[in-house]
Amino acid sequence: MSQDDTPVLSVEDLRVHFHGDGPVSLAVDGIDITIHRRETVCIVGESGCGKTITALTIMGLLPQPPGKIAGGRIFFKGQSLLDLPEEALRKLRGRHIAMIFQEPMSSLNPVFTIGNQINEAILAHETLSEDEALQRTLQLLQDVGIPDPQKRRHAYPHQLSGGQRQRAMIAMALACGPDLIIADEPTTALDVTVQAQILKLLQGLQQKRQMAIQYITHDLGVVAAIADRVYVMYAGLIVEQGTTSHIFSSPRHPYTRALLDSLPGKEKRGQRLYSIPGNVPHPAYKPTGCPFHPRCQHRQPKCARFFPTLCDYGEGHRARCPILYESEGTVGGRCEWKNL
Amino acid sequence: MLSFLGRSVIQKTITLFFVSVVSFLIIHLAPGEPSQIDPLNPKFTPEIVERMRKEFHLDRPLHIQYLLFYRDLFTGKTVSWRDNLPVLGKIWDRFLNSLPLFIVGTLLTWTFSFPVGIRSAIQRDGPYDKSMTFLAYLLISIPGFFFAYILIILVVTELHVPVIGMESFGVTSESKIVQIMDRIWHLVLPSFLGATGGIAVLSRYVRSQMLEIIGQDYVRTARAKGLAPERVYYHHALRNALLPFVTMFGLILPGLIGGSVIIESIFSWPGMGRMAYEAILARDYPVILTLNFITAVLVLLGTLISDLLYMLVDPRIRL
Repeated sequence: MSQDDTPVLSVEDLRVHFHGDGPVSLAVDGIDITIHRRETVCIVGESGCGKTITALTIMGLLPQPPGKIAGGRIFFKGQSLLDLPEEALRKLRGRHIAMIFQEPMSSLNPVFTIGNQINEAILAHETLSEDEALQRTLQLLQDVGIPDPQKRRHAYPHQLSGGQRQRAMIAMALACGPDLIIADEPTTALDVTVQAQILKLLQGLQQKRQMAIQYITHDLGVVAAIADRVYVMYAGLIVEQGTTSHIFSSPRHPYTRALLDSLPGKEKRGQRLYSIPGNVPHPAYKPTGCPFHPRCQHRQPKCARFFPTLCDYGEGHRARCPILYESEGTVGGRCEWKNL
Repeated sequence: MLSFLGRSVIQKTITLFFVSVVSFLIIHLAPGEPSQIDPLNPKFTPEIVERMRKEFHLDRPLHIQYLLFYRDLFTGKTVSWRDNLPVLGKIWDRFLNSLPLFIVGTLLTWTFSFPVGIRSAIQRDGPYDKSMTFLAYLLISIPGFFFAYILIILVVTELHVPVIGMESFGVTSESKIVQIMDRIWHLVLPSFLGATGGIAVLSRYVRSQMLEIIGQDYVRTARAKGLAPERVYYHHALRNALLPFVTMFGLILPGLIGGSVIIESIFSWPGMGRMAYEAILARDYPVILTLNFITAVLVLLGTLISDLLYMLVDPRIRL
């Protein structure tokens, strides 16, 4: 296998549990994710489905305790991250894998200037002179579209607008030219026009720097705009995965369909928007069998008794619903129920 | 900035005026007049009591007394009713005595509380944190005077270190070095005792403050950047955790006067706290009121200093 074919990130059967006072929460319950070079992969799901926990686990930032990695493996360019000692992992963080967080206001340190914080990210991993680091900082600020970097680098986070702050955050993530950027809902706290600008910026930077992006969001509009491939998460599981066109044009899981149905659209104008009945199950009290079955329109009695595996629709398109597979399944592939 | 200073000084002067009125009234509301301090003493004939009342203006209406008192205070003519010595001079002498105790105690408190609190927070629920928590609550629960007597007994019988007063009797005839060493020995126990309670309380504050900051998003960002743990804790977290303590730093100033009444009494330390205590027992109004006034000034000055320091360390605050 040549260097190029090795995925940048590959997560295999990752399980993350939270041990609290009550029963154990199965926040991430066995997920597989693969991200190749130059690829933008979106992880979509409702709040509390385990998206952020997955990201933090990949970064090695999972708070332990209460969190605990109960199983699975994570490979970054073929290197097993969970076997690395903390010190080696720390050297990887920020340099090869960088993260952009949701709230730029609370994610930037309020008492240091943004120039200072970007500079620090560079010097944490590279031995550069003060002047070289400063030049890099200015270049980064320019790259992310902050006007007048020479002056703006002296600004404190509270002196910038939300969009500018997120740009500064992105500059910080880019500081050492990472191979993978994990963006955890970076535009959720921003208004729509700024959101569009930031997405465009990320796409431009990705093309220029040839990096992979793992983009976590609950916003299907964002997914349609930027993703190459999509993973749909529900209750700590991947319920469907495939290219963006697969997911949007021929969704094979009732949950994905329900999500798409709840989007507003031109042809639905004037109608009441669809919403999925019920709530995401608490990770400590998941239903037996398919975790989505209590809210599912296609549910059958066996959904509660058996655990569905991923059904293959070809070309990497998979969905965790044998019911729909039985009625719609096409050529090849396999699909089965697992006994509980 | 200048307008803030001006505004602040005006506001604080107004506050000071009200403090002076209220404290004057409270003192005079308290039962028992200075002239009745010792009614069984045969020397205090009704004529003498009457003369004393006149002398101290106690026969005049309250508002006149108030004006007379503050006129004397600002012209520096206030004298103690007990020994007729100028109050400001008396306070200055005692202040110089209290100062070393205050400085050493404060230094001990602040230099020990921070490392202990920070380490407890970083190693939360570990053996170090648990034992420090136990120790802190132990020190908070034991009354200072009780702890002091136990220590005095231990130190005097085991180590033969002088502990009572500011210096050993007759030490003035020794050489300078011996005198200085003697003073330092006398400082050790009272300032250590004064600091223990402070360390116990302050280290808990530091711990909880630090824990709160460690949970903040920007600390997670700092770790996501791949910074070394020391840099995450001591640069990113600590800098933010320190902010509220800057406020406290201004507020320790008034501790100069009231902070050490118990310690000074136990160790017969001729400081300001003990003077205030004795003045209250003797109903020596000029001394009580002057100390009260100085305390109020120190409190207001302390808040002003805190505001200025806060502005210095927190870029979000512009005055």
